[in-house]
Amino acid sequence: MADPTTYLSHLELGEPDKTFLDSSELIINMGPQHPATHGVLRVILKLDGEKVLGTECVIGYLHRGVEKIAEHRTYTMFNPYVDRMDYVAAVSNGLGYCEAVEKLLNIEAPPRAKYIRVILTELNRIASHQLWLGTHALDIGAMTPLFYTFRDREEILKIFEKYCGARLTTHAFRIGGCQYETYEGFEQDVKKFLDFVPPRIDEYEELLTTNRIWVERTREVGKISAADCKALGVTGPVLRASGVKWDIRKALPYANYSEFDFDIPTGANGDTFDRYMVRMQEMRQSLRIIRQAVERIPEGPIMAKVPKVMKPPVGEVYHSIEAPKGELGYFIVSDGSTQPYRVRVRPPSFVNLQALDIMVRGQLVADVIAVIGTLDIVLGEVDR
Amino acid sequence: MLDYVTSYLGMNTTPGQAGNVFWALIYILVVFAGVSVAVMAMNWLERKALAHFQIRLGPMRVGPHGLLQPIADAVKLMTKEDIIPAEADAFVFWIAPLIILCASFTVYIVIPFGPTHAITDLNIGVLFMLGVSSLSVLGVVMAGWASNSHYPLLGALRSSAQMISYEVAMGMAVVSAILMTSLNKTGTGTLSMIGIVEAQQQQQIWFLFKFFPFGFIAFAIFAIAMVAETNRAPFDLPEAESELTAGFHTEYSGLRWSLFMLGEYAAMIAVSSIAVTLWLGGWLRPFPNTLTGATWDLVFSLLPGFTFLGLALIAFIGVIRMPKHPYFRIQTMGLAGFAVVLGIIGLVLFIPPVRDRIQDIFWFVAKVAVFMYLYIWYRATFPRYRFDQLMRVGWKVLLPVAIGVLIMTAILGVVL
Amino acid sequence: MPVPWESSLVTQLKAQYGSGIREANTYLGQNYLVLDPSITHEILEILHEEEEFEYCVDITAVHYPKREKPFDLIWILYSFAKNQRLRVKTMLADGESFPSSVAIWPTANWLEREVYDMFGIKFDGHPDLKRILMPDGWKGHPLRKDYGIVQQDTEWVQVNLGIESGQ
Repeated sequence: MADPTTYLSHLELGEPDKTFLDSSELIINMGPQHPATHGVLRVILKLDGEKVLGTECVIGYLHRGVEKIAEHRTYTMFNPYVDRMDYVAAVSNGLGYCEAVEKLLNIEAPPRAKYIRVILTELNRIASHQLWLGTHALDIGAMTPLFYTFRDREEILKIFEKYCGARLTTHAFRIGGCQYETYEGFEQDVKKFLDFVPPRIDEYEELLTTNRIWVERTREVGKISAADCKALGVTGPVLRASGVKWDIRKALPYANYSEFDFDIPTGANGDTFDRYMVRMQEMRQSLRIIRQAVERIPEGPIMAKVPKVMKPPVGEVYHSIEAPKGELGYFIVSDGSTQPYRVRVRPPSFVNLQALDIMVRGQLVADVIAVIGTLDIVLGEVDR
Repeated sequence: MLDYVTSYLGMNTTPGQAGNVFWALIYILVVFAGVSVAVMAMNWLERKALAHFQIRLGPMRVGPHGLLQPIADAVKLMTKEDIIPAEADAFVFWIAPLIILCASFTVYIVIPFGPTHAITDLNIGVLFMLGVSSLSVLGVVMAGWASNSHYPLLGALRSSAQMISYEVAMGMAVVSAILMTSLNKTGTGTLSMIGIVEAQQQQQIWFLFKFFPFGFIAFAIFAIAMVAETNRAPFDLPEAESELTAGFHTEYSGLRWSLFMLGEYAAMIAVSSIAVTLWLGGWLRPFPNTLTGATWDLVFSLLPGFTFLGLALIAFIGVIRMPKHPYFRIQTMGLAGFAVVLGIIGLVLFIPPVRDRIQDIFWFVAKVAVFMYLYIWYRATFPRYRFDQLMRVGWKVLLPVAIGVLIMTAILGVVL
Repeated sequence: MPVPWESSLVTQLKAQYGSGIREANTYLGQNYLVLDPSITHEILEILHEEEEFEYCVDITAVHYPKREKPFDLIWILYSFAKNQRLRVKTMLADGESFPSSVAIWPTANWLEREVYDMFGIKFDGHPDLKRILMPDGWKGHPLRKDYGIVQQDTEWVQVNLGIESGQ
């Protein structure tokens, strides 16, 4: 096992043989097993007392070689693997992959399938943000919102279970549309959910937004400027909280997002509190989209004419979607055979995690945990 | 023998003051047993109340509605392997929890449950209490040091820094209460705990409401500082699990760890008792002046009995709502038995001689119970303060306000 | 059916670099440039400074073992101002290294580390080029086509995990 001091060599380390009480710098390891790192993430901190001088993330504990597996599976067979990367927002992953392959095959999903896809993806966005809120609040010390958000998330998971049989790794979509027709009572369930959830979101806000301790723990913590975000490739709510009003659903629309009317919430300061507010607002905007979609959902086929044996013409395509965590992109290279030649997944959590170093420099140790929580990383996606 | 017992009933001072060693020992045993039972009850209440705040049920299996859970926890902790780290200083490692425990329990010597119901009444009671409760800081540092590992040491240093910071604000708040005791004919105040409650009785106002709002602010400062003293949420950074340093009791396991928990809960009850004595009128019943007279006295004296009958009723409703399945038969019988016991206690509390004697103790315990519930409520609601914010609150917010309140109390005391 | 990409940027670059720009096409509505490795770094700098492609979405590679220059190194860039995406591709020989883009886009730090880890392409000037997903000391670059799907570095497994690799 490598000596941790070598990791921080680029931070101009002092002599390693002084004891920790002599030197003014301390190297602390937040190991792969830690209640607050949302998975197997190892963060090595260089501290001066309580202040963080630099960090290094060691990842790869959950690397399963998904991109290598893709080269040995057909396009349809690879579809379930995609859910397992960002396992919290599995439906979004599936949407991105199916749309990328559909682009390669030059087919388009029928309108009804697009509406179903949008409804399920937005429901998944709300579920992902609810999980984020519960775990982030728990890291900062508020134990109660976790239970409230998980209870409300159950309603979404019940809808998924009735639709495709699985709660978490849903495999909801197929290349060319959806396989399952919506079940009897799908629209009623979604409408009931739309009435049930807004007061709950207000409840979470009531517990946290005006809570003085929450505000003190999150304001001015983990600040990142818009220029830094763009340079580091950070996308998603982190970018929007720094003031950049950019959302792939509006900039480069996919599925039929261009038909819906919704806003893009942004923040002014780029600190943890703004990211919290942006995600709460995003939940409300998702509800708006779902409401419009469920009212306008047309009748029709749910699957396009897709060849039984999929052999896309030789070429490459890059397609990205706005996953709850940021820009999730798929770069697929086809060589004309039934198996993709290369599938590259551009994971938002991986790129966002790079920004951790900049966000915690000069802050205190307790803030590192708050910042990891606010970046909303899922190690399945970071490591693939 | 009998006249020895009747001589006790005729005593009008505390055993310590009367020099009666035998009764003092009996009182010590009763207080010790009572605090231990209270700690177990607190453990249960914390888990149940926290669970209900979080829309879940809490322990339900071990005994009806988890009532026997604390016993199961105690048995588990006693049977755990007692691990001492290899490089640890064994003597210091052993003695650290004992110091915390002794410091927390020694405070109970001066806490008055009634005008004569205390182990003793030192005439420097408040000073004694402040001094002895500070000794637990020593135990915390010893625990962190003896563990020979940097995370517990850092946690212990943080914890001790937090505790001594908030003691300053606590002390200032206590001094304003003491100032208020001197507002009598002779102009002399008292540091004795019984004397403070008697001063409140004499001035016919709880110090909470005196010189409103300054009495209230002093109480609020003490209430916040006492939460920080006992390392409870929202000031529990040194012992939180999701922070980097896991706290001074990381290396302790089994029974030694449970001693820390015992010390923490005992300290919580002790500081709450102090707050109750200083500001909330100790054993005095509510509204001693506005609702006077024999009938109101009677009504208030019936309340303890009614409280226990109410608890028995709740337990009975729980019995009725138990599932009617053979597996639950034992639990249902246990809960019914518990309900019956509560009912009998309630009925016993209606008997006049018992009723009169139990008044003081009941009101004192009821007020302390409210504080215990508040502790749990804070834990469920608030996130944690970061360490620098915690220190800022202690030094830059509470201390200036406490000094301000002290000055205003002094001025108002002279002027009014 | 890639279609030639007509745009002022292409004409400008072709005027400047001539044959260095191998291809400038559009396929399925996505524009891409295929460049010579010698001029690619310069053009990336031009794209960042002058053409406002300030967001580097991804850096990745593809391995074509039977080709003379087996590695395809691909940058996916995006411009907020123009709301445009662009792919830049270059071909590298085995063992050939490439100048690092960390000075242009700081996000390239981990992205290039992953390309190095998975393909073995070294980047000159990278501040901290070491493996990111695979364990340190692992031999072999997994996403190359000559690395088997169930292949493992058995020596590493034996030394570090103390077991015989089950594969």
